[in-house]
Amino acid sequence: MPLTNKHKLNPTKWVILHADYLFNYTISRVSNHDIAKDLVQDTFFAALKAKDNFQGKASERTWLISILKRKIIDYYRKINSAKGKAEVKMSFYTDGDREGEWIEECVPTNWNNEVEKRIENDELGIALEECIEDLPEKYAMVFRMKTIQQFETEEICKELEITSSNLWVIIHRARTQLRKCMEESWFKN
Amino acid sequence: MKLTCDEATALCDKNQYNETTLWEKVKLNIHLFLCRKCGLYSKQNHIVTKCVKIHKDSKLIKNDSLSEEEKEHIKEELKIKINQ
Repeated sequence: MPLTNKHKLNPTKWVILHADYLFNYTISRVSNHDIAKDLVQDTFFAALKAKDNFQGKASERTWLISILKRKIIDYYRKINSAKGKAEVKMSFYTDGDREGEWIEECVPTNWNNEVEKRIENDELGIALEECIEDLPEKYAMVFRMKTIQQFETEEICKELEITSSNLWVIIHRARTQLRKCMEESWFKN
Repeated sequence: MKLTCDEATALCDKNQYNETTLWEKVKLNIHLFLCRKCGLYSKQNHIVTKCVKIHKDSKLIKNDSLSEEEKEHIKEELKIKINQ
């Protein structure tokens, strides 16, 4: 391949060219501004260290994203191991005669009829974001990847090293809590 | 054949991503028809999905981006490393 077709790295321009893009990519995967910022910065440092390995086959941005992805997964794994890898049990009642029934506090109440009309309200978007942030970090991350980024189930499982049944338990937990949170903050009659 | 409310709501979540099998859909719909609470959950769950779709970009655009100072700071740090 002639040299002119190869992509080159230009570290002094990284922040100007790619920082916003990398940050947006990160903030939708981790919910915290400072953590996202640190991950972007770490990515630049790691990229600089590894710049001799860059072969110029992919664009600079693609290459940086691939490093960032690794960083995000490492970060996620850290949370995962810090909090223990115990399987999440999903149940309203975990044992006894009433296993699998609704606990009173989880029972959905009727949402008011205006719901459909109010759905595009910007404040609702903020309420929703706050509810997602209230989720345990791991649930929020899986929920965002699946619902917002629309990753394939298989892809998330591979990246995060979880089983698909574990993924669905997390989604279930996240959605149950989200519904409850939205009800309290927004849709209650 | 008969689902518990736990199983039904879990299937309902899966259904939000169109990842249920035909058989699961049939079982789910029978349960939703018979169980008012799960029916309500399912309806509201769908509204949550809709909200996410509509508002997924709002936070990114509005207020969560790197500030100029933060970028400047990263630039400085990076410069130090480049010159090392």
